Amino acid sequence: MSSGVVVIGGGIAAQSLCEEIRERDPAVPLTMICGEPCLPYDRVRLSELLVSDEAPASLALRPREWYEDREVKTLLGRRVAFLDPGLRRLTLEDQEEIPYDQLVLATGSEPLLPPLPGLDLPGVLPFRGPEHCEEIRAAACGGAARVAVIGGGLLGLEAAYGVAAQGCAVTVVHLMDRLMERQLDPPAAALLQPAMEELGVDVLLERQTEAILGSDRVEGLRLAGGEEIECDLVVISIGIRPQASLAAAAGIEVGRGVLVDDEMRTSAPSVWAVGECAEHRGTVYGLVAPIHEQAAVAAASLLGDCEQPYEGSLQWAKLKVMGVDLVSIGFPEGSQEAVAADAGGPAYRKLVLAEGRAAGAILLGDTRGSEDLLNAIAAGEEVTDPLARLAASAEATAADLPPEAQICNCNGVCKGEIVAAVTEGGCATPREVMALTRAGTGCGSCKEAVVELVAVETGGAVDEPAYLCPCRQQTREQLAAVIRERGLEAVSEVAETCGTGRECGQCKPALAYLVSEVNANRHREERAARFINDRVHANIQNDGTFSVVPRMYGGVTTPDELRRIADAAERYDVRMVKVTGGQRIDLLGVRKEDLPDIWRDIGMPSGHAYAKAVRTVKTCVGESFCRFGLGDSIDLGIALEREWEGLHTPAKVKAGVSGCPRNCAEATVKDIGVVAVEGGWQIRVGGAAGANVREADILETVETPAEVIRTATVVLQYYRENADYKERLYDFVPRVGLEEIRAVVRDPERSAELLERFRIAKAAVSDPWLERDEPYHPRQFSELDPVGPPVEAEL
Amino acid sequence: MSVATAHAVCRAADVPLGEGRAVTVAGRRIAVFNAPTGWFALDAVCPHQGGPLADGIVADNCVACPLHDRRFDLRTGECLGDGEGVTAHRVEVRDGTVEVTLA
Repeated sequence: MSSGVVVIGGGIAAQSLCEEIRERDPAVPLTMICGEPCLPYDRVRLSELLVSDEAPASLALRPREWYEDREVKTLLGRRVAFLDPGLRRLTLEDQEEIPYDQLVLATGSEPLLPPLPGLDLPGVLPFRGPEHCEEIRAAACGGAARVAVIGGGLLGLEAAYGVAAQGCAVTVVHLMDRLMERQLDPPAAALLQPAMEELGVDVLLERQTEAILGSDRVEGLRLAGGEEIECDLVVISIGIRPQASLAAAAGIEVGRGVLVDDEMRTSAPSVWAVGECAEHRGTVYGLVAPIHEQAAVAAASLLGDCEQPYEGSLQWAKLKVMGVDLVSIGFPEGSQEAVAADAGGPAYRKLVLAEGRAAGAILLGDTRGSEDLLNAIAAGEEVTDPLARLAASAEATAADLPPEAQICNCNGVCKGEIVAAVTEGGCATPREVMALTRAGTGCGSCKEAVVELVAVETGGAVDEPAYLCPCRQQTREQLAAVIRERGLEAVSEVAETCGTGRECGQCKPALAYLVSEVNANRHREERAARFINDRVHANIQNDGTFSVVPRMYGGVTTPDELRRIADAAERYDVRMVKVTGGQRIDLLGVRKEDLPDIWRDIGMPSGHAYAKAVRTVKTCVGESFCRFGLGDSIDLGIALEREWEGLHTPAKVKAGVSGCPRNCAEATVKDIGVVAVEGGWQIRVGGAAGANVREADILETVETPAEVIRTATVVLQYYRENADYKERLYDFVPRVGLEEIRAVVRDPERSAELLERFRIAKAAVSDPWLERDEPYHPRQFSELDPVGPPVEAEL
Repeated sequence: MSVATAHAVCRAADVPLGEGRAVTVAGRRIAVFNAPTGWFALDAVCPHQGGPLADGIVADNCVACPLHDRRFDLRTGECLGDGEGVTAHRVEVRDGTVEVTLA
């Protein structure tokens, strides 16, 4: 039997190779030996782990099923001890022997560590794998207020930004005379430095670290010349060292990395090498796009049909630091250059030519046209007027690119493939195109181009991003990410950071919700950002007066409550007392200044009838009274309403619980509806009976009221976290799909996480009507009275 | 030379930053705004359907009526779009007292 192909490694290179092989040959036996205990994950998005709480699993390149479905055997947490190219055999550390027909080394690299005294002290961490992210994050949150990052290259700056975003004071210590010297020329680096400093990252250039100081753990750095920096955490990111020891021990030729030819073959027969462990024509590539190119060539070569040899890759990098837009392509400097820069301004755009052809570019602060320039440089386009070419690139859109232009450089997807996914693959949305082609699923920087291309191909009408702020063109997701990463706690901070909420003001209430949701209701409240209803916790009416709706859990009240309501209605001269559709009582025509007093007299909590929040849970009398009743709908309705009371939501949420399928509580047209059926409860979501009528979809049928509360709460929290502002659940459900919501509630892990976040948010909720005694502002409910006599003034 | 009357309407601390409050000045309902860009005063009633402008959201030197979102320039009272505008009045803060001079 054939031993097939064995891949050593579990990173992007190994994964890419397996994908390339399976695309060409679904049958050849294929084994991946992965030293890490997890399936391949995306290192490119590593720095995201520093700024978010995402679990490493979220960076997995493919789910477990992918390997099972394609018969890729994975050996996880197993290391290769010895390689015998002569016998075509590997020996694992646990002594198991594995024969191969073809072997691919994709062993990657290690962080390069400087030989410094104190390198072993606790608090000194390399920045390389998810394990480091977690350590760095834990150390940073654990009070390490001062962080030193050794290395001012791409990864070092991303690491520095990651810890700065957590509120740490960060100093980058860099050996060279400018940041990212391999990708940037001096003027661009000089602009980058203040941009980083604005984000809280101090930069020390031309400083050599001599020693890491500290007795029990790190206390500081000593630099050449004697200068010392105090710090509690040192992150080292000075580069990579190819892992070539296995090859070297097997007698394979090694330079900096494993030496390979233009088919990615090593000096040993039937052994290839790809990725960061390989050295091709003197270059070790540490970026993703070249790795994919190498993997494609290696896969073709080992399957015996390599038509296009590998001739090296164009180096290309994008700095993933929020608020700093920087793309560097190819050579940063050359004999002929054209620069477009605002005098003293933040934008810098440069095109480098070599022998009249595009050879490199730097785009800082204004990265428009980066795909266009990348393609021009990759193709070695002839350029006569570089300044005009640079200007043209700024106007270029994805639609102007040729079909072979690469859009997603992480996954090597060209424009033609994206267009074909729409025209031939039947994809209608960017999401579907990304799933099919994998474009936009790497670092994500090309997502906008993908959205644009899909829009052009589909006629432009489909899947326009729902901007939270139309004037700033920022989506809910983008803003939520900024709020999370920067730890923003108030609308004004978001306005300062993103400009959102400053110009039109229309998005302020949406931002207020987003800030409260992301901060689990521990935000800093700014009432000026709220609609009047949420400033005074009552619903403004057409005459400027307000309505007051106290909470009646499940629509159940008592004679005592009714008496207090009746008394208050008379005392404050309310214009009308009305029973609402949600089974409670509305007092209409209350003056703003009377609100605190009427709430006090009624003595019931707010019904949130004025807010985008959980409104009411309507119930029928169920088995408590009804002769047809199958379940205790009143009890369950009250329990649900208590569970959800006070939580704000993207749009109002109305619920209902019916005690039998006759459905007197109209649960089938509620945002969340529950119907007692024989043997349990049917949970429905996404119903509507307003301007549109929509029957709620049946989500699950469960046995106990406790399961109803759990499942429905998972849905509610998922909606709170993912819906656009003002998007009702009945729009959200069809948009994300019932299947997706079902997958969430059936996934124990995701459900548990959602419930935990729900619990945290709920714990910070209190009855807003208590502001009657502790107002947000002394004049929260009152207009102004003139103070003192008029003053005469001359004009 | 004309003599205008500046009416003291409140202390500066009486209007939260970014909000407005209504007051009667010489029998006229006026909305006074403590905007991030300064103090402003407009007629308090939206000419569209009588909405209380003092309860509107303030942004970019404008206030949006809470009833139907008509927007008025706080500096001039002009309606953004086609609608009828409102009168803008002069506001000054002296020694922490907010004074309105009717236009």
